[in-house]
Amino acid sequence: MTATTLAPGSAATPPLRRPRRARSPWLHVVMVPLTLLWLSPVAYVGLIAFRSFDDIAARGLAALPASFTLDGFATAFSGGGLVRALGNSITVTACAVLASLLLSSWAAYSLSRFAIPGRKTILLAMLAGNLLPPQILLVPVARISESLGIADTLFALVAVQVGFGIGFYTFVLHGFMRGLPEELFEAARLDGAGAGRIYLRIVLPLSRPAMAALAALATTWIFNDLIWALTVLRSESKFPITAALLNLMGGYSSAWNVIAAASLVAAVPTAVVFFLFQKQFVSGLLVGSNK
Amino acid sequence: MSSDVRAAARPARRGPDGPRPASGARGPARPGGPSLGARLRRVPLLVWVFLLLPLAVELFWVFWPAANSFSLSLTRWDGISPAEPVGLQNFTDLAEDPIFRTALTNNALWVLGFGVLSVVGGLALAVALNKPGRGVGFYRSAIYLPMVVSMAVTGLFWRVMYQPGGPVNAGLEAVGLGSLQRQWLADPDVALAAILVAAVWRQVGYIMVLYLAGLKGCDATLEEAAAVDGASAWQRFWHIVMPQLRGVNTVVFAVTVIDSLRTFDIVWAMTRGGPYNTTQLLSTYMFQQAFTSGNLGYASAIAVVIFVLAIGFIITYLARQARAEEQS
Repeated sequence: MTATTLAPGSAATPPLRRPRRARSPWLHVVMVPLTLLWLSPVAYVGLIAFRSFDDIAARGLAALPASFTLDGFATAFSGGGLVRALGNSITVTACAVLASLLLSSWAAYSLSRFAIPGRKTILLAMLAGNLLPPQILLVPVARISESLGIADTLFALVAVQVGFGIGFYTFVLHGFMRGLPEELFEAARLDGAGAGRIYLRIVLPLSRPAMAALAALATTWIFNDLIWALTVLRSESKFPITAALLNLMGGYSSAWNVIAAASLVAAVPTAVVFFLFQKQFVSGLLVGSNK
Repeated sequence: MSSDVRAAARPARRGPDGPRPASGARGPARPGGPSLGARLRRVPLLVWVFLLLPLAVELFWVFWPAANSFSLSLTRWDGISPAEPVGLQNFTDLAEDPIFRTALTNNALWVLGFGVLSVVGGLALAVALNKPGRGVGFYRSAIYLPMVVSMAVTGLFWRVMYQPGGPVNAGLEAVGLGSLQRQWLADPDVALAAILVAAVWRQVGYIMVLYLAGLKGCDATLEEAAAVDGASAWQRFWHIVMPQLRGVNTVVFAVTVIDSLRTFDIVWAMTRGGPYNTTQLLSTYMFQQAFTSGNLGYASAIAVVIFVLAIGFIITYLARQARAEEQS
C-alpha cells in the first residue's frame, strides 16, 4: 500500500518492495497445495453427491464422475425425511437464537449498567455454566424434560439450548455494553427515560454489532448440535438435520451418493450464514479470547 | 411501567451526588460508594426482572441438573425403578472397567494429539497468513471453511473419504504409498488417529483465527528492532512474538482441553466408539452407558469424572476472563 503511494522510481521504493517479493513465492508454493488439500474433502463429497449409484458401484468412490444426476438428492429428500429434518433444525435454531439473545441482552444490560451487588461473581458463574462439559447435564436434563412432560418436543430442545448458551452470550454482551458511553445514559435519564426505555432505545440499537456476531456464532452452534438433540428427542419425526443424517446413514449405508447429498444439504445453511456474515462470524469467534 | 415512575424521580435524587461521576466513578457505582441498601433501592424493579429471568433459566437447565448428576453418580438407576443408593460403588467399578480405562487413555491421547496438531497447525498458518497480500484472504477462508460444517457432518464427510475404495486410499496409491492402504475406520490400530485427523481438519481454522487476532495485537516495532539487531526470523518468533502471545496461548490451551473432553459428535458419527471399543472416549462411553445400556447411575459417575478432569481448565479460563474484566 505504502509503496504505491510513492512516486515511481523514488529512492524509497526498492527497499520497501524487496521483502514483499522475497516472501511471496514461498507462501504460495506452500499454501496453494495446502488449500487444495483442505478443500478436497468438501470437493470429493460434492462430486460423489452428483454421481449415480451405478457409477459409484462400478467405478469406485474415488473415480472421477462419469455421470451427473440429482438422484442422490432426490432420494435423500423423499426417503430420508430431509425436508422435515431441515424444518426442525431451522425452527429450533431460530427460536433458540432469538430467545438466547433476548434473555442474555437483558442479563447483560442489568449487570453492566446497574449496581447489582456481586455482579462480577454472577457474571462469572453464568459463564462457568456454559463451560461445563455437557455430559454432566445429559442424564438429569433428560429426566427433567420427562417429568415436565416436554420430553421429545422441539420446545425442550430450544429450552436446553437457551439455558446452556445464555451464560456465554451474557458474558460477551456484558463486555460490550459496559463500553457504551455513560453520557448517553445520563442524557436519556435527564430526559426522563426509564430503564426499559433506555434498553429499547439506546442499548439494543447500539449493541447491534455484538448481537450480530453472537447471532452468527450461535446459529452455527445450535444448527450443528447433535448431543442435545439425541438427549432430549426420541422420535425420528422431531430430529433436527444432524441426528436425521446419522439415521439416514443407517438406512442407506451403501448408497454413498445419497449420504453425500444429504451431508451437503446439512452443511449448506451454516455455510451460507458463514459467507454472508464472515466478518461477524470471525469477530464472534474472537470474543471471549480477548488478547 | 413502574420503572418510568422511578426514573422520573431519579434526576432529583441524583442532584446531591452529582459530583461523583466527575470524580472518575463512571458508569455503575463502585463498591465503597453508597451503602448496600441504597444501591439496591437504586436498581429499578424491571432491571431485577431482566437479571433474574435469564438467571433462573440457567439455574434450572444447567446448575440444577449438574448438581443432580453428582447425587445420581452415587446410585444404581435404570430410569424406571427408583434409584438405589450404592455409595462409591460406581467409582470403584469404573476403576476395574477395561472399557473405561481404554476411554480414559484414548481421551488423554486425544487431548495431546488434538491439542498439539491443531495448535501447531493453527499457529503456523496464522504466522504465514498474518500479513495481507494477494490470495491471503482466500487461503484464510479455505482454512476456516470446515469450521462451519458440523462435527456430525464432518464425520460423515470423512467416512466417505476413508471408505476402502475411497479418496484417501486412492490418493495413497497415486503417490506410491499403496502399501499404507487400509480400512481406516475398521482397523483398531488406526481408527482413533483417523478420527483425529478429521477433527483437526475442522479445528485448525478456529485456532488460526485466535492466533491471527493475537498477532494483530503484537507490537511490530519490537520485531523490526530485533531484525535490525540481526536476530533471525526463528529467534524473533520465539523471543519477541511468542512472549506477546502468552494470553492467547492460555485461552487456546484451556479451550482445547475443554473441547477435547467434550468431543462426542464426530466419534459418534464415524465409529460410535468401535471397532471393539477402540475409539471410545469418555463422552461416548458415558452416552452409551446412559442411553443405550440404561445404566444412568454409572453414566453419571463417568460424567463426574469428566467434570473433575475439566474443572481445572475451566477455572484457568475463568481466572483469565476475570483478570481481563478488571483491566478494562
